[in-house]
Formats: sequence, C-alpha cells, structure tokens
Amino acid sequence: MSLRAKCAIAGLGQTRMGKNFDHPGPIGFAAEAVNLALDDAGLKRADLDGLLVNPGITWLNNPMASSSLQHAMGLGDLRLTATMNLGGATGAAMIMHAAQAIDAGMAEVVACVFADAPLRPPSPNKGDGGGSAAFYGFAQGLDAHYGLFGVNAQYAFVAQRHMHCYGTTNDHLGAVAVSERKWANLNPAAQFYDTPMSIADYHASRWVVEPFHLYDCCLVSNGGLAVIVTSAERAKNLKRPPVYILGMGQGHPGRDPLETLLSGAPIAKDTAFKMAGIKVADVNFCELYDCYTFTVLVTLEDYGFCKKGEGGPFVAGGAIGPGGSLPVNTGGGQLSSFYMWGMTPVGEAIVQMRGDGGRRQVAKHDVGLVSGNGGILATHSTLVLGSQP
Amino acid sequence: MPEFTKPIPAITPEMREFFDGARAGRLMVQKCDDCGRLRFPAHELCSHCNSTASRWVPVSGRGEIFSFNIMHQVYHPGFAGQVPYAVVVVELEEGCKFVSNLLGVKPHDIKCGMPVEVTFEKLSDEVSMPKFRLRAAK
Repeated sequence: MSLRAKCAIAGLGQTRMGKNFDHPGPIGFAAEAVNLALDDAGLKRADLDGLLVNPGITWLNNPMASSSLQHAMGLGDLRLTATMNLGGATGAAMIMHAAQAIDAGMAEVVACVFADAPLRPPSPNKGDGGGSAAFYGFAQGLDAHYGLFGVNAQYAFVAQRHMHCYGTTNDHLGAVAVSERKWANLNPAAQFYDTPMSIADYHASRWVVEPFHLYDCCLVSNGGLAVIVTSAERAKNLKRPPVYILGMGQGHPGRDPLETLLSGAPIAKDTAFKMAGIKVADVNFCELYDCYTFTVLVTLEDYGFCKKGEGGPFVAGGAIGPGGSLPVNTGGGQLSSFYMWGMTPVGEAIVQMRGDGGRRQVAKHDVGLVSGNGGILATHSTLVLGSQP
Repeated sequence: MPEFTKPIPAITPEMREFFDGARAGRLMVQKCDDCGRLRFPAHELCSHCNSTASRWVPVSGRGEIFSFNIMHQVYHPGFAGQVPYAVVVVELEEGCKFVSNLLGVKPHDIKCGMPVEVTFEKLSDEVSMPKFRLRAAK
C-alpha cells in the first residue's frame, strides 16, 4: 500500500506578502489565497469538498478556524475539514492529510491554507505582536526570572551547542542567510527582492539573541498561501501541470534537541523516501523550513546531504546558493522572502516544479524535497514532489 | 516612575519543595520513585517509566555549562537596563539540566564546559533563586 503519485497539487494561491497593512485580516488573507489557488487550478469554490487550515498566530485563539473560514467563504457541504497545528510542520502535514483522505475516497478536492496578519503599521520591523515576544511569551515563572523569553532564545541554545560540539560558526550561519538572499534577489515576490546582502552585512546586522543576528531569523509576514490537492487522475485534466506527491512522512522525535542536535528529519525522511523510491542523490532541489539559518544547516545534515556536524562547511562552500550543487530555498525562503510557516517551502517547490521560477528557475527540477519543522525541532514533515508520476 | 524588577516566580503547589529548598540554600530536583531518574522543573510523570510517584531530593549544585545564549532584546521591563545578558543551561553532575544565570562572568566570556556551582539569590522572604558561579575544575 503506497500513496506514491496517487495525488497531486493542482493549484497554488499566494497573496501579497510582508508589510501590507491594508487588508481584512487573516481570514481575508486565507480566503484570498484559496480563491487564487482555485483560479490557478481552473476550479471553482463549489468544486471544493475539503478545507484544511493552519491558523497563524493572529487567529490561533480560534480553535475552529477551519469552520470559521468555511462560513466566511460560503463553502457548503464539505466532506473534510480540520484545523491543524504541528507548528511549522503543518504546511506539508496538511497536504499529507488531504492526500490520505482523497485516496480513501473521503474527499476529492481539498484546499490547504495558512494565513496570518501579525504585522501592524506602528512598528512593523519588530513584528509587533507577531514576533516571538508576545505570542511565544510562555516563559512563566522560573524562565522569566532568568530572562529566558521566546523561541529565538530556545533555538539559540541549540545552535550554541552545535557550535560547541561541531565547530559551527557565525560565518557558517551567515552563509545560509547570504545564499537565501541571493535567491530572494531573483524573486519579485520576496520582501528582499533586489536587495543584496554580503557576509559583512550579515555580521554587521544587530544581534537578536546570540548566536543569532537579525538575518538569522525569519521574516514575520502578513499574507496567506493555499494549495489545492486532488487525485492525480483529476489533476491531469486541470489547467496547470500536476505536481505529483511522490512521498510523504512525518517525524516527531520527542527527545531533547539540545541533547541530540537532531531534528525529526531522519524519521520523516525514512517514510517519505521509501514511499517515493528515491535516495538523497535523486533530489534536484530543496525547499527547507528555515525559521532560522541554523535550522537549514541541521536539516541538511539530518537528510544526509552532508555528515552530521558538517552542515557549516557544506553551506559555506556555496552549495546551496544560485549556481550551487544543491539549490536550497530558491525563492529566498522564510529568511529573505516571507514567512508563511511551512507553506513558504511548499509554494516555492510548486513554482520550481512547474518551471515558473523565471530568473531563479533551477535547471533540473524533476524531484524536489520539501520540509517543515515545528517547535524546537520537535515536529518534522517531509514531502517528495515530482514533475512526473 | 515605578522601578521594574525582574519577574519573581509564583510558588505553585507542585514546586513548593523546590522553593523551600532554595530558601534553605539547597538545590532540589524531582526524583522518580520507581526508576530513580531526576527531572526538573516539576512534571506529572517520569518520561522514562511514566511513573507518577516522585519526591524532591537535594543535588550537589555542581555542574557545567551545557549551552547558553546572550539576550539582546528586552521582553520584560525588568531587564531593560541589563541587555545584553546571558542565560545558561547547566548540566548538573547528577545528569539533570537547569536553566539559570551565571554570575561574575561577562556574557561574552562564557563557554560551554565551564565548571559551575550553585549559589542562591534572595528575592524576598519567600523566594530565593538558584544562580550559578564558576568553580575550580576538579
């Protein structure tokens, strides 16, 4: 029993991204993204019978976000809906859930959407409510007394330990930031389109929490991104070329990442690569979850693109930037383009797979790897996408 | 203008023995009654054997810096005059990890592996908080 190439992504919808303040809120962004994805696929709202939603921080207080969006959009008679949250692993996980339901005959056309609107005009550069301080202010009691606040600080512990154990440096982390910026410079939809950054610029940027500079951290964004998943059969007859889902898997290690310096990628990869029937060497390009530069480095190690601990030298050699041997985060990623949790890598993979990348299009794009990551390396999702079934 | 101070943790029932110990100058952690493993802060069950039976036991307070970060943003007004400051993760000799601050060492001089020992900072009659300082290596 395998779901290899049983389902495909048939539509992609992406709203304006970043510091756009004139909008009707996250549900508005979500609806706009779903409608754009339907148009892209050549489908109508009435064709949808499934809706999966990953609410961003601005509507997380709505435990039934998918029902709210269904009502707001006037979607009647759905056969599948859920509000899902595995943090940054949710984007790919929604697509897995959709594919499973479609294969089981429980739905036929499923929209998967993430939307968020945490940025407000007065102090847009600070994330202002969307940054980790407000929402991730979970440091009650002891941690707060010691001054430990937010996700940045937790990831910084892990990055620092990686530096201690493997000799990873800020030059290595900076190489990820600079590589992604080079890609963003070629992507008109990126917040850092046409805005070059050198390694010196990286080092000159302010510290957020050491060892993380500003440019080690993802760009909190307003916007929405949706995809339409349907059966491979049905996708063949739609407007755009199908992006086949060759393999999928999840990995949730449940161990202290500070201790292991491992993400859930090895577990998720095992399931996904087996289903897809591929090896690491078959991957043409990667769209990896990049809440921080450090996450990219660890993820490359954990998928086996380099040995454990050698992510730093691997990225510093220029492998992942334009012209490198392994293109990674070809739209600029969440560091230099926009942060739609796990949906940023999903969207860019579809662009590349269809050959829609323009100046940033990678030459070989038959097999693409997408990863999602949530919590402090606590959840992980893998999609192997293919241009052919 | 009110002077903001750092947040003082509330003494919750499940952490009562930790605070009692700290007030008396002892670092206390939770020990599983069934498998003997240590954990901190308080958890309902042992993640190794899932036993819910536990007691609080004193530990040496000696350990080493396992990791650290240096905070540059102010998330709470009590830290406004202090940035950049370091938060450390200490691995105690007994094998349990503890988030805290390292006293007497400038943030940029901190290194993983530094030997440390516990000391206590009195915040009120009720609450003393474990902090760490350098100790001579064995």
